[in-house]
Amino acid sequence: MGTVSLKNISRQFTINVDGKPHNVQALRDVSFDVNDGEMVALIGPSGCGKTTALRIVMGLQEPSAGQVTVDGVPIRGCGYDRGIVFQHAELLPWLTAFENVAFALEMKGIKGEEMRETAMRYLDLVGLKDSARRRPYQLSGGMQQRVGIARALAIDPKVLLMDEPFGALDAQTREQMQNELIDIQARTGKTVLFVTHDLDEAILLADRVVVMRKGEVAEIMQVNLPRPRHNDAALLRMPEYAELRYRLWSSLHQEAA
Amino acid sequence: MLSKMPRSLLTGLSLTFALILWEIVGRHVDPIFGSHPLAIAEASVALIRSGAIFKALGESLQPFLVGYTAAVVLGVPLGLLLGRYRVFEALFGIYVTAGYAMPLVALVPLLTLWLGLGFAVKVAIIFLMAIFPVTINTWLGVRAVPKSLIDVGRALVAPDSVILRRIILPATLPYIVAGMKLAIGRAVVAMIIAEFFTSMAGLGAIIINSANNFDTATMFVPVFVLVMLAIGLTSLIGWIEKRVAPWQAEIAGRQES
Repeated sequence: MGTVSLKNISRQFTINVDGKPHNVQALRDVSFDVNDGEMVALIGPSGCGKTTALRIVMGLQEPSAGQVTVDGVPIRGCGYDRGIVFQHAELLPWLTAFENVAFALEMKGIKGEEMRETAMRYLDLVGLKDSARRRPYQLSGGMQQRVGIARALAIDPKVLLMDEPFGALDAQTREQMQNELIDIQARTGKTVLFVTHDLDEAILLADRVVVMRKGEVAEIMQVNLPRPRHNDAALLRMPEYAELRYRLWSSLHQEAA
Repeated sequence: MLSKMPRSLLTGLSLTFALILWEIVGRHVDPIFGSHPLAIAEASVALIRSGAIFKALGESLQPFLVGYTAAVVLGVPLGLLLGRYRVFEALFGIYVTAGYAMPLVALVPLLTLWLGLGFAVKVAIIFLMAIFPVTINTWLGVRAVPKSLIDVGRALVAPDSVILRRIILPATLPYIVAGMKLAIGRAVVAMIIAEFFTSMAGLGAIIINSANNFDTATMFVPVFVLVMLAIGLTSLIGWIEKRVAPWQAEIAGRQES
């Protein structure tokens, strides 16, 4: 199981601009669910609050009001029922790829042979078995993010949270990683909530797309394209794909119109 | 042209040039007011033959190593706490800042009243001179640790002590090493001050005695030993850093040619 519910989440904070405090309403009354095994994309323009929402679900930030539940249980801070992949991987630079994954397992209390075996298994899952002993600076950006994904999955969370996980990668690596994520999700059946600003990424990966604007949920769109999808010509040439992309694009541009 | 030469060759050329210049100028100076490299070399041979320089070096090194080690062992945890905990910083940071700026020589008479003229007071003087650069550097280093790396620990529900030990400490290592290097120089100065003001012993005693006998060439010998000691220890720390923290040199954007 792994059903996430955001219930009336609001978040405001104060920033100092030229020495004067400004109140910023990052999120206002945000509610949506991510069902068990579902992939949901959070999309919206920069500053719409999508990353804040994701961090609140992870428990890295507290909401000013509202509640997040996982399988009906309100979250209290971070927990092993949720794993997060950061935008820039954020591997610990002094640890090898293997040690970065093992660190997560150790924090969860998994030790010894089980830790070693599990860490290797997840590195294998992301195709990095042979680079286990490399340090982050010896890995490409794409490989680093794979380690980040392995680290998040290794603790076997119910929900995988991803903050623009492929946003810092070049276009080709991004496509490859998107396809791999689709496969990994199909194999593990994890619930995935991910933040993106990329329309195609949202449609390719998600079952539903939550469009955010100015800290609010503007629209939730169902993606009814057949699975398994892959980033290939067959998908891109589907009329449904173009239709969906156009609707999403319009929704994102409503504010400007 | 110079940028293509190896570093050691450049340093060697610079040193040779400086020594030749000194030899030429130094020969024209009254041997009471100055000296020159060849005369100093002769005096060195005499001190080495009699074994006096080794005995003095041994006497000086003992309090040096005890005081310096204590400064690192206590200074690093103190800096970690100052950098990590706002309340701790507000309560005790002021003393560290003040202690660093304080002219320690002024306190030596008081320290001798408390601790006498023996080994303990020398250790205390060296400790007090060395601890502040270590603590302040560690303190600043902790404050510079990216929040995103701490989030990695928080997302894995790591307790604060684990975040401090496994994330903040290694991330701060380059700052700690820089502080340890600065502290070497200060500890050498402290060692000589201690030997001047307390019981005469070690390299400081050779300096004072030969200066009192107007034997300027002999006076320079321990000064050179001290300089080489400081350079040697500093490079030793740099070497150790490369062994325990090889990632640092790789991720730093330094021009290595």
